[in-house]
Amino acid sequence: MKHVITLNVNGDPYAIAVNPWQTLNEVLRENLNLTGVKLGCGEGDCGACTVIVDGRAVSSCLSLAVEMEGKKILTAEGLAPTGETLHPIQEAFIDKGAIQCGFCTCGMEMSALHLLTKNPSPTESEIRESIAGNLCRCTGYTKIVEAIGAAGEKMRESSERKSS
Amino acid sequence: MKEFSIVGKHVPRNDARAKATGTAVYTDDIKLPGMLHGRLLRSPFAHARIVGIDTSRAEALPGVKCVITGEDIPKVKYGNWRLFPETQDEYALAVDKVRFIGDEVAAVAAVDLDIAEEALGLIEVEYEELPGVFDIDSSIKEGHPVIHDYCPTNISVDRKIEYGDLEKAFAESDYVREDVFTVHPVSHAYLEPCSALAQCDLDGRITLWTSTQVPYIIQCLLASTLEMRENDVRVIKPFVGGGFGGKMELRAWEFCAAFMAKKTGKPVKFTLSRDEEFLAGRRRHGMKLYSKVGFKKDGTLTGKDFRVYLDGGAYNAMGPTATFLCGNFGAMLYRYPSYRYLGEHVYTNKPPASAMRGFGAPQAIFATETQMSIAAEELGMDPIELRMKNAQVSGDEITGFATISSCGFKEALEKVAEMSGWKEKRGNPKEGRGIGIGCYSFISGGAFNWFNTQYPYSAAEVRVFDDGTAHLLTMAADIGQGCDTALKQILAESLGLKMEDIRITSADTAMTPQADLGAWGSRLTLFNGNAVLDAAEKIKSKLYGAVSARFNMNVIHDFECKNGRVFPKGKPDRGLTFGEAVAMVQKAQRGEPLLAHGYYTPRDKGLVTPAFSFGAQVAEVEVDKKTGIVDVKKFWTAHDCGTVINPRAAEGQLEGSIQMGLGYALSEQFIMDGGKTLNTNFLDYKMPNAMDMPPSEVVHLDTYEPEGPMGAKEAGEGLAIPTAPAIAEAVFNATGYRCRDLPITPEKILKAIEESESEKGGSKSTMK
Repeated sequence: MKHVITLNVNGDPYAIAVNPWQTLNEVLRENLNLTGVKLGCGEGDCGACTVIVDGRAVSSCLSLAVEMEGKKILTAEGLAPTGETLHPIQEAFIDKGAIQCGFCTCGMEMSALHLLTKNPSPTESEIRESIAGNLCRCTGYTKIVEAIGAAGEKMRESSERKSS
Repeated sequence: MKEFSIVGKHVPRNDARAKATGTAVYTDDIKLPGMLHGRLLRSPFAHARIVGIDTSRAEALPGVKCVITGEDIPKVKYGNWRLFPETQDEYALAVDKVRFIGDEVAAVAAVDLDIAEEALGLIEVEYEELPGVFDIDSSIKEGHPVIHDYCPTNISVDRKIEYGDLEKAFAESDYVREDVFTVHPVSHAYLEPCSALAQCDLDGRITLWTSTQVPYIIQCLLASTLEMRENDVRVIKPFVGGGFGGKMELRAWEFCAAFMAKKTGKPVKFTLSRDEEFLAGRRRHGMKLYSKVGFKKDGTLTGKDFRVYLDGGAYNAMGPTATFLCGNFGAMLYRYPSYRYLGEHVYTNKPPASAMRGFGAPQAIFATETQMSIAAEELGMDPIELRMKNAQVSGDEITGFATISSCGFKEALEKVAEMSGWKEKRGNPKEGRGIGIGCYSFISGGAFNWFNTQYPYSAAEVRVFDDGTAHLLTMAADIGQGCDTALKQILAESLGLKMEDIRITSADTAMTPQADLGAWGSRLTLFNGNAVLDAAEKIKSKLYGAVSARFNMNVIHDFECKNGRVFPKGKPDRGLTFGEAVAMVQKAQRGEPLLAHGYYTPRDKGLVTPAFSFGAQVAEVEVDKKTGIVDVKKFWTAHDCGTVINPRAAEGQLEGSIQMGLGYALSEQFIMDGGKTLNTNFLDYKMPNAMDMPPSEVVHLDTYEPEGPMGAKEAGEGLAIPTAPAIAEAVFNATGYRCRDLPITPEKILKAIEESESEKGGSKSTMK
């Protein structure tokens, strides 16, 4: 029997009927057509499906949809909602050449957001640790680590500007 | 070095914004109205006869729209070596027999995935199990089970290369050594699982969206297996999440999607699970390599006898090409006055091996480089000194086979020695620390035509408009490596336009010019870059004519396109804007739009490639002698890829190559129980993550390849080669353990440390 869940995705409210075995990944990809949420392994190993649920980075492929009642979910599509300006993390990924095939990119950005929200000035090894659950086969992670560092700097500058 | 405006600059990728915002659409992201979901039934046996298949219960399941087996499909085999039809050994679905665990037996299309999956469980297959063979030796031993009836020896392809008088060379050598190396299979492990979606158009034609490196090859092979005309099949490559050689053949799900779309009249999509990718997916060839090499006392190479068996798995896949390239790269890097190669591709009851980044070269060069380092040790020479002595240089020729038109190998060796502090570190060894070198050479696209195309190898169409913009159309497949961006850069540079002035349409076989052999063998920058330049030159000659006429110029004047203008050289004030010049041509042509086609097919460039890349890499390691764990401290790389078109993209290729090379050397392997792959997930298949990556420094050497577009050659695959031999030599330097069988594991290191240093394994050498 299907359950109706209500949740907020990228700022918008949804009520969706889901089977008890359906994952959050299926709901985001199949019901909401969010292509920024990938499915690389379905086993929580690769990180390509990472989204933010109530402020925490989680593997959407391991999260059951029925547990998402009342949750706030953010995907790469919600990072820069106006579609005009980009989020500093997205900007940095583009500028630093951190993107090749792009299949891991959105998941990486979500893990980066989780890190930078908690820790605005991470060290290189903290950055590496924060994306240790996000696999990439193209970049060797070098430019991704650089991009996250650069995004952190930008986000710090803009929050300092706001607070001053 | 020539000065460029856009080539060689930090230009962001064409598709970076789409990928960063999640709007880039990959095959599995596409949904069509009425679409069915497909799943494949795979063989649980490594080798078995199919006695019978009963699909009736699956067909009766509500929601199931189509079930097919090998009985239902046209009996047309496929394979990429069309020139030799006997090598085409694969049906999309097994006919009569299965040959590996995971071999595709039946396919189901249903209204949703859950029903398709349930239907798989309702298909009853009766198998009669046959004895299987799981390694090279047992596959070619007398009395072995035969895997394909057409091939009673189980050796499906052999390739020979021979030049010089090898026997004389060995007789005149002061030092001859023989070693046996084994290398293991590894996974491409691209992040995007394979996916294909087919639609049957109203007129019966097929459109296939697929995660592929080779749209044209898929178009041709899909047409032949569906018994359709090539032009009735359209293949579109959406964004692709990596390939590395694992997506360069027609595969069962591509055929089944198209066949079932025709049968049901509805779009059908297949997407593989990660478990299927690891269980049954293509992999790099495991090989057994016998190498005998001779030297003079002073270290000069005299000759090499190289005999290699490739563990091909159950089908040829890209094995025949790997067999050839392995032999070619056995004789690259150094000057071998004589050389003999025999490579044999052996069937086993395992998932088929195929092309993987380096395509036969990583294995050959692991053997070459390790043997060079052993020889240096025994000759009492420094490993870099021995390499310098024998290094190939620009202009070297292997008669009738290959010419090295540009070569920065010696410069690369000198540079990495300097960057890494080689002399100091080799001279003053620290306990548990070691430093080692590995080198590489690779092709910039293959000159061979085993696919037997009747079209140019690469093509481009350039359309220009009177608003000062251009449209580039090419079948080149960007699978993440960034060729769309590189080709746009080359066109923008040539026409004097900006990146944003150029629109690109790529990798759609019905919309882009015939043809393109695909993204493999590091061919796109050189081949397609040349095709783009050919088209651009034709456009420019028309524009120059128009400007010449407009200003009534003397015929002796030459022209150029730069900064959005077309003008006589040295007289920028006399020219027109690019758009005005296009308008002039259109006027002269009474409205006919200005467009041009460009092509590139290597002619008279030998049997291998028009251009070779070169490079050298040093690795420094620390080995914990209690645990055997290798910690790579740093890599230094110097490489010669000719003109660097896009520095960030070239660095990205290196950085990704190091990740793959590091895994190949130390952590990645398939754990097999006979024909069964046991580690079918990313948790148990250990590819390096962000915390495993050592720091790295790189120098792009300043070289110019005369055959390449604006001097460029390959940077995509060669860089994946040197890492394993560099680490192996560094581990030897640290511990005395000489790895002759990859991967380098803590167990092997600890065992070697325990055993006496005098242990020489399966090798012998003679010093006169």
